[in-house]
Formats: sequence, structure tokens, C-alpha cells
Amino acid sequence: MGRFSPRSILLGLAAPIGALIFAALVCSVILGVTGHSPIDTMDAMVDSLTKPRLGPRTFVNSLNSATTYYLAAVAVAIGFRMRLFNIGVNGQYQLAAMVAAALASASWMVGAPSFLRIALTLIAAMLVGAAWAGLAALLKVTRGVSEVISTIMLNAIATSLITFLLSPDRMGAVDPSGNDTRTAKIDVGGQVDGLSYPGTGSKIYGLVFLAVLVGLAYWFVLSRTRFGFELKATGLSEEAAVASGVSVKRMVVYSLLLSGAAAGLVGMPALLGDIYTYSSQNFPSTVGFTGIAVALLGRNHPLGMGVAALLWGLLDNTANSLDVAGVPKEIVAIMQGVIVLSVVVAYELVRRYRVRLEQRDVGRALGTTKAPVNADAEEVPA
Amino acid sequence: MRRVRGLRLAAGLLAVGLTLAACGGSGDDSGNTATPGSGGGTSAAGPKMKVGMAYDIGGRGDQSFNDSAARGLDKVKAQYGLDVKELEATAGESPAQKEDRLRQLADGGYNPIIAVGFAYSESIGKVAKDYPEIHFAIIDDFTEGTDTGDNIANLTFAENEGSFLVGAAAALKSKTHNVGFVGGVNTPLIKKFEAGYTAGAKAVDPSVKVQVKYLTQPPDFGGFNDPGKGETAANGMFDAGADIVYAAAGGSGSGVFKAAKAKGKLGIGVDSDQYNLPALASVKDVIMTSMVKRVDLAVTDFVTSVHDGKFAAGNKVYDLKAGGIEYATSGGKIDDIKTKLEEYKAKIVSGEIKVPAKV
Repeated sequence: MGRFSPRSILLGLAAPIGALIFAALVCSVILGVTGHSPIDTMDAMVDSLTKPRLGPRTFVNSLNSATTYYLAAVAVAIGFRMRLFNIGVNGQYQLAAMVAAALASASWMVGAPSFLRIALTLIAAMLVGAAWAGLAALLKVTRGVSEVISTIMLNAIATSLITFLLSPDRMGAVDPSGNDTRTAKIDVGGQVDGLSYPGTGSKIYGLVFLAVLVGLAYWFVLSRTRFGFELKATGLSEEAAVASGVSVKRMVVYSLLLSGAAAGLVGMPALLGDIYTYSSQNFPSTVGFTGIAVALLGRNHPLGMGVAALLWGLLDNTANSLDVAGVPKEIVAIMQGVIVLSVVVAYELVRRYRVRLEQRDVGRALGTTKAPVNADAEEVPA
Repeated sequence: MRRVRGLRLAAGLLAVGLTLAACGGSGDDSGNTATPGSGGGTSAAGPKMKVGMAYDIGGRGDQSFNDSAARGLDKVKAQYGLDVKELEATAGESPAQKEDRLRQLADGGYNPIIAVGFAYSESIGKVAKDYPEIHFAIIDDFTEGTDTGDNIANLTFAENEGSFLVGAAAALKSKTHNVGFVGGVNTPLIKKFEAGYTAGAKAVDPSVKVQVKYLTQPPDFGGFNDPGKGETAANGMFDAGADIVYAAAGGSGSGVFKAAKAKGKLGIGVDSDQYNLPALASVKDVIMTSMVKRVDLAVTDFVTSVHDGKFAAGNKVYDLKAGGIEYATSGGKIDDIKTKLEEYKAKIVSGEIKVPAKV
């Protein structure tokens, strides 16, 4: 029953890989029906990673997208582990990015040492994200409002609040083009240098290491601390957790605050590494929802979500190449959708299969393999 | 051959699944996908001019801004036998993806490259620097230092002048001396429409009341594509006494026309001659006129200039004088006031009337 026995690793990989193959098949059928060649599509995807100039750029862009997706996925996963569905990551990261951008570009920050400026920006983003998620936590523990409803509504409120704050007389700045509303541009002292990659001028976000750190922290807290244990225990069985002295309300507040803090970091790699301003026109605006898909696909596992984030980033960044090859790039969205749906189904199938295997093992150990071990054994589809 | 491709498919699947592993495996026949598939199979004949077009969200088929650009492209394509490649933006994408789109066109040998919409301003500035031999154009933006350069043409429009004329038309036609303006999103660009419209209405009738309403505030750009909000806003204006409402709201305009039809009032369209749009056929009898922005003209002019070797960098303003802005007469509802509108138009063209660009 070791956690890393070959069988358990195989079973763990079966679901995501099976879902991927199934999604590829579904997409092939859709492409075939609409008169496009699935093989040419695959060629275009492979080319987008292997052609000179294009390949390195696609790789860097994919890694950069994956960095933001990963942070969003961790934010969602913290909630998932507690059976909390934080749909509000989208609003939390946008509001946090906007306030952090305004702070990082504020005139009184300009003289400060670069390290301090960046640290302050990141902390501010985490605080704002946590505060916005904290509203949902407060509503849940004091009034019993479902976090699903409150976080969705807070997303909408966040965009209105951003609009209000982004005016030039508040936290915004006058945009020279007159077509956009944005914060002032963060100057070199507040930016995080990117890493060069051979073959392209595009740079890897310096804050890719922040994503790795957050992943490590997530892994450590959940699997190596008492707090993480209590969090998971509450998610698995609230009654059992209460019986062992865990305060569920406290756990709800903590996990939503942590989730919001992680969400606050989502916009930071792009803000400090590439865009340098929060712009209503040009700042990525749907990453929070991508994070839900990535967390589902990666099963809330720190490594699994990393692979899922890379896959998502890769799919998103090959879309332009598909467009160039004459393949409708909407196929990427279809593929992503099918992957999420089929992965949820596949995990459930694998879980049932695993339960049956375990029951058989137990049965064998007890020497009663012939009869079912217990009456309420799960039914397994033939 | 089939088996080899099948193997490649499998390899590709693995590449996607493991994301990194397959980088070295299949770079051997890259010539295969370089030829655009959607052409007519005539790409082998002679050196055609290759034109790249990057649309904003919505792309070809949006019944509005992007479609107008597409019309211009279709025209020059037929005229010069161009090889064109059209790509479009995805909602919520990152600036890196916009930049990548332009770079793919540049690497694919497309020259000139046209970016439709001000969302491309930052990315076109960056990309144009790296491809000095390629001619670029951006529609709707001219920002010194961001998207200006020796190889960038900035094609902008004097929407305030056209809005002035439809504002004048509204005031001339209004029986209640009360007209409305529905803006899609409260951006500086749409405020330019409002400024012209109000000025035009007041020029005709200083006592006219102009009601103004914006559907959403940025960063919520949903106001450009929310007919329900347009209908609610227009209903409110009609109830408050307006009898003509100008919809400078992209796709939300259809809601304004719906409200006008239900209440027996009139609406004014924007960007295209909306009376003639198939998608609006059911409400066309309430579309009094439209403020037409000739994005198609800007596209054909630009491609022609590159074709003839007469590319000019910098800002080109399409105004009433240049024929880049018009008011539509389809439907015949403003035939009786056309002479008056032409007088105003002549005064604007001659510079006698200066139309404000800001509220």
C-alpha cells in the first residue's frame, strides 16, 4: 500500500493521459466533420514548437502563461482541499493587480531600493487578494452564505470597483493614447528582469521562481504541517474534523484568506515582467477561470497542476499558429473543455477501479477472495 | 506514408501531453505547413503581394468595425489578386499573444500587416521595430512613442465630425426637442462621439436636451456587445421624452433599435450603414441614419499605397473632407433635411465649424 508503488503511479497517470487521448480523438472528429485535417492541425501545433524563431517564442510564452495559470490553480486548489469552491480568483487577482500596479508606480516608491519595491508590491497584492476573498469568508461564517455565490458576485463587484479606482483622480493615470484606462507605468526600479532564452527576444518571467516557491509552500503546508492536515481533514469529513477538535469556521476563514493571497499573486509575473501597468484593455482578464480547470486537471497536486498549467499554456499559445495554418483556433477551447470534462469522468472511473483493487487486496490478505468483502462494495461498471 | 504520418500524430500527441519531450523529433519537413491552406491553390503563380490582417475580438463577421475592415480587404484582394492571411484576437488574451500574432505574420512574409483596433497599439510598436522592412498599419490609434515609427501608418478617424452631422439630423427631426446618446463603454474614444453629437444637436437647436448614458465602464467592455443593456438605456430615454437615440455602442445598438421600434421612435446607427445590415433587417425601418466610419476605405487606401510603393508613415486622419466619415441616407428618412446637413458638412470641411473632440 505504499503511496508510490508502480501500480498507484500508473493509476494516477491513467486518468489524465486517458482524458488527453479522448480529448484529442473528440477534436479529431470535430475537425474532420468541419473539413479540416486533424493531422495538419497536429503538424501546426508541433511546428509552433519546433520552427526557428517561432518555436522558442512559443515555448517562452507558454511557460509564461503557465506561470500565471499555476498560481491561479494553487489559489483554487487551496479552496478545493477544504471543499470550498473559490470562483472568485478572477476578481481577486484583477483587483490585487490593479492596486499593486498603482502602488508600484506611485511616485513615493520610485526612490526605494528595487528589492524593497518588488517585495512591497507582492505583499500588497497578497493582502488585497486575501481581503477580497475574506469578504466571502466573512459572509460564510457569519451568515452562512455559500462561497460559490458570494465569490461569483464579488467578481462582478471587483470590475466595478476597478473602474472606479482606475480614474486618473484616484489610482489611475492619464493614458497618452486616450483609448485605454490604466495605472501609471512602473519604471525600471520596480520591474522584475526576465530570463533570456536562446533563439527569441521574448523573455521568461523572472517571477517564474515565485510560482515554484508558491508550489513548494503549498506542498509543504498541506502535507507537512498540522494546519495542512486539519485543512484536508475538514475537507474530507467535517464531522470527523469537528469531533477531533478542529474549528471549521476558523479553517474556512484561513483557507479562503490563503486562497485569496495566492490569487493576489496571479497577475504579478505579467505585471512586473512584461506589461508594467494595469490596463483595462490589455491585462489578461480570465486567468482565474483557467485556474479552476488547471486545478481540476492537476488534481490539486503541486506537480500535477504544474504539468496541467504547462499543457494549458502550450495549447493557448499554439492558437495563433493554428490560425495561420487555416485551422479554426477555437479548436483549442474545445480541446480544453473536453479535457476538463473527460478528466473528471476519468478520475471517477479510476477511483472506483482503485477501490475495487484495494478491496481485492484486503480480501486476499484476509483469505476470503471468493465472497465480496462487504455488502456495500461499490459497483463497478463492467 | 500514411503510417509515417500516423506515427507523427502519435508523436505529436505525446508532445502535447508531456509538453516538452518532442521538440527535436519532427522539424524535418517544415515546408509542409508553410503554404496557406485556405487560398485557391494558386499560390504557386508569381510573386503575389502578401497582406496580413490581425483583427480585434469578434473578427470577420462582427457586423461592425472588424467587418468594415474585412470589406476593404476583400476589395483590394480582388483588385490586386493578393495573398491574404487573416487572424483574430481571443477575448481575455495577454499582450504577448497579440505580439505573437503580429510576429507570425511578419515571419510568414506578410507585408504589409494591418492591425485592426487600438488594442494592438503596444504590440505593433514593439514588433515594427524588429521588422524595419515591413510596412505596418494600425487602425484607430496614434500614440506618439507607443505605436509610431518609420514603418507604421496610423489610420484614425474624425468620428466627432460624423457624430456632429447625425446630431444635427437628430435635432432637426426631433419633435420633442429631446434626443439621446447611448455609448457602449465609457472610453475616451466613445466620448469623442458624444462630444460631436451634442455639438451638432446644439448647433441646430441651442435649447435641445441631450440625454447621455454609457452602458458599462472599462475594464468591463461588455457594453459593446449587450443588446439588453442598450434596450433598457434607450427605453429610459424614450420614457424621459427623447424621440431619437444615437447608438454608439457596437453590437448593443440592436437593443436600442428594438426599443425604438417598440415605442415608435427612431434610432441612429454607427460604424456601418446599419440600415443595410442583414442582421438588423427586422428593425431597419427605425434606423433614421448612421454615422459611417469608412474603415474599409482606410484599408484599401493603405494597401494601395503599399502596392504602388507610396507608403507614408505617421497619422492619417480620415475625416469628412477625406471621405473617411459619412452619414448614411439609406431608407430616405433624412432626404428632407439633406440640404441642411450638406451645408453643415461644407462648413466643417472648410473649417468654418470646428467640431470638439472632447466632452
